[in-house]
Amino acid sequence: MTLIGWVQIALYCAIIVALTPLVGGYMTRVFNGELTLLSPVLRPIENLLYRAGGIDETSEQHWLTYTIAMLLFHVGGFVILYSILRLQAVLPFNPAGQGAVAPDLSLNTAISFATNTNWQNYGGESTLSYLTQMLGLTPQNFLSAATGIVLAVALIRGIARASAKTVGNFCVDITRCTLYILLPVCVVFTLFLVWQGIPQTLGPYVEATTLEGGRQTLALGPVASQVAIKMLGTNGGGFFNANAAHPFENPTALSNFVQMLSIFVLGAALTNVFGRMVGNPKQGWAILAAMGVFFFAGVLFCYWAEANGTQMLNAFGIGGGNMEGKEVRFGILGSALFAVITTAASCGAVNAMHDSFTALGGMIPLINIELGEIVIGGVGAGLYGMLLFVILTVFVAGLMVGRTPEYVGKKIEAREVKMAMLAILILPLMILGWTAIAVVYPPAVASMANAGPHGFSEVLYAFSSMTGNNGSAFAGLSGNTFFYNIAGAVAMFIGRFWMIVPAMAIAGSLAQKKMVAASAGTFPTTGGLFVGLLVGVILIVGGLTFFPALALGPIVEHLAMQAGQLF
Amino acid sequence: MLKEIRPALVLVVLLTAITGLIYPLAMTGISQVLFPTQANGSLIEKDGEVVGSALIGQSFTDAKYFHGRPSPTTGPDPKDASKTVAIPYNAVNSGGSNLGPTSKALAERIGADVAALKKENSAAPVPVDLVTTSASGLDPDISPEAALFQVPRVARARGLPDDRVRALVRAQIEGRTLGFLGEPRVNVLKLNLALDRARP
Repeated sequence: MTLIGWVQIALYCAIIVALTPLVGGYMTRVFNGELTLLSPVLRPIENLLYRAGGIDETSEQHWLTYTIAMLLFHVGGFVILYSILRLQAVLPFNPAGQGAVAPDLSLNTAISFATNTNWQNYGGESTLSYLTQMLGLTPQNFLSAATGIVLAVALIRGIARASAKTVGNFCVDITRCTLYILLPVCVVFTLFLVWQGIPQTLGPYVEATTLEGGRQTLALGPVASQVAIKMLGTNGGGFFNANAAHPFENPTALSNFVQMLSIFVLGAALTNVFGRMVGNPKQGWAILAAMGVFFFAGVLFCYWAEANGTQMLNAFGIGGGNMEGKEVRFGILGSALFAVITTAASCGAVNAMHDSFTALGGMIPLINIELGEIVIGGVGAGLYGMLLFVILTVFVAGLMVGRTPEYVGKKIEAREVKMAMLAILILPLMILGWTAIAVVYPPAVASMANAGPHGFSEVLYAFSSMTGNNGSAFAGLSGNTFFYNIAGAVAMFIGRFWMIVPAMAIAGSLAQKKMVAASAGTFPTTGGLFVGLLVGVILIVGGLTFFPALALGPIVEHLAMQAGQLF
Repeated sequence: MLKEIRPALVLVVLLTAITGLIYPLAMTGISQVLFPTQANGSLIEKDGEVVGSALIGQSFTDAKYFHGRPSPTTGPDPKDASKTVAIPYNAVNSGGSNLGPTSKALAERIGADVAALKKENSAAPVPVDLVTTSASGLDPDISPEAALFQVPRVARARGLPDDRVRALVRAQIEGRTLGFLGEPRVNVLKLNLALDRARP
C-alpha cells in the first residue's frame, strides 16, 4: 500500500461525490420532462419515436401496466438478440467468418445481456461477428441499463407521490433515458476512449509479422462504442475475452481511471435524484453515505490483501504484491480498486483476473455481490435494491420502539415489508441453491479449474455473479457447458425479475398512500444513526446468509495458504 | 395489456436501430477521421510491414530481445484443430491463467521461472511481473525493474556495453500518467525496436 495509491482512491471518491449533485440534477430534469440543453436536438427524435409507437407521452401507467410494458419490451429485445446470435454466420459485418452460436450458449448470452448481467460464457474475439457486437449486444447494453434506471425512478415516484394511482410511463421514461442520458455521454466517452487507443473500425483482423518473425493476428472491431456503454450502464460485457484487462479495451492508466468513474457516476447520481424527488436531498446523501461505508471498507481490505501478495510468491522471496492475473499499467491498486468498484456496482467488467486474487482479496468482490450490489449498485438496480434494505431497516427500527415505521412521510406496512423480504430472499435461494447442486453434480464439478477450496469459490462466485446480475467471474470455471448455460440463464432471469416485480409492487402501494406529517416520534432517516442502522441490517442479513458458504471457500483457502498448503 | 404490445415492440426495434447501427457506425466514421491511428489498432510498421500493435504484447524468446511477461494464452493446434495448445500472446484469444493462490500448478510454474531468471542474473532480485502472467495474456508492458533486470543478458547477446542498453531502457520508461495514475512501465515492443535501431 503506497501513498500514491491512497491519493488515487481519495481523488476517485472526491470526483464521484462532486459529480453526484450535478448529474443528479440533470437526470431529475430529464425524468420530470423538463427542458434541457440537449432538447433542441433530441426533442424531434423523441417525438418521432412516440409517433411511430403510438405513444401518448402525457398518459401515465399503474405500476402493473408499467411492469408489463417493461417485460414486453424485454421479450422483443431478447428475440432480436437471440436471432442475431443464431444467424450471425449469414449476416453481414463478419470479416473473421464466425459461425452461428450454439442454442444453449445463445440462450445464456441473450438472457445475460437482457438482464444487465453480461456474464460471458464465450470469448468475444473468437465467437462473435462485428454485427453481433454492434446490433446484438450494444443495444441490450443501452436498454437493460435504461430499464434499471427507469425502474428506480418509478419506485422513487411511488415514494414521492401521495394518493396517486400511477408511477410514470415506461415507454416515455426509457426513451428519455436512452436519448438524453446514455447516448450523449457515450458519444463523448467513445471519442475519449478512441483517443486513448481503443480501436473503432469495421476492418478485418490484422496480420502482423513480429520482430522475431512469428505471426500474430490482431483482433480489432468497433470496440470503443461498446466499451463506453458497457461501463456507463454497469453492464460489463467485454468486447474481448479478457474484458477491461485487454489493452484494446483499456489501454492506459487514464482510460482505467475514467472507466472506473463511469461505473459509479449514474448509480451515485440516482441517490441524488431520489433526494430531489422526495423533496429532501439529505435523504439521498444518507443513502450514499451508507454505501460509502461499505465501499471504503472493501477497498481498504482488498488493496491490503493484494499488496501483501501470496504465500507462494513470498516463499520465493518475491515482493511487489500479487501480480498474477494483473496488468503492469494498472498495478496492484488500479486492479484492486477496479475489482471493488465493478462488484459494488453490478458492472462485472474486470481489469484483472479475480480468480487469481489472494483468497481474502477475492472474497471482497464476492461479498460485494452477495450483499446485493447495493453499494452504488447497477444503474437503478443498486438504488432499488438499497431501498428494499431501507424498508427493512425502518421496519426493524419501528419494532424496537413499537411504532408503525415511516419512511419519507409514508407508512411502511405489512405489504411493503413482505415484498421487500420476497425480493431480498431470492438472492440466497438462487446463489446457495444452485451452488449446492453444482458441487454434487459431476459434470458441473468437472468445470472447476482449480482444486481444493478455490474450486468451490469459483462455483459460488459464478452463481453469485449471475444471480446478482454482475457478470464478473472467477474465470477459470469452464462456463460454456450445457449445465452452466441453462442454470445460469435461470439464475440471471430470476435474479433480475424476481427483484423487479416486488420492488414495483412496493412502488404502486406506496404511491397510493397518504403523506403523514413528520412528528416528534418519527425516526429521522437523514442522520448518522439511520446510516449506522442501515449498514448493520445489511451486514446481518448478508452475514447470516452467506458466512457459512464463505467459510467453505475463501476463508478456509486463506488459512490453507498461510499454512503453505497447495492443491 | 394488448394495447401495451405495439408501443413496446415498435420502441425496442427503433431504439435497437439507433443504438446498434446509427450510434456505432457514426462513432466509427468520426473516429476514423479524428483518430485514425488509434481507431485502427495503434499499428506499428517497419519497412512498410505491420510488425505489431503498440498496445499488444508479443512473444519474445531470443536472448537479444527484451522479454515480456509470461503469457498463458492458448489456441487451436495448427496440426490438429480439435486440440488446444499454448500459444503465448495469441491476440485472438485473450485471457489469464486463472490459477489461484493455492494452486500447485502455479507454484511449479513460478518456481521454474524463478530458477531460470536467477541463472540469468543473480545480482538483482527477481521482479514479480516477470514470473506472473497478466490478466489479458497480452500485456505490452513490463516494470522498469523487469527491463533493467534483463540488461546484462541483452547486452551480452548484442555485443553492446551494459550502460548503453541501460540508457535505452531508461529512455523508454513511461512514468505515471499525470504523475499519479497507474504504474511506471516499459513497452517491450517499443524498447526492442529502439534496440534494433541502435544495433540491428
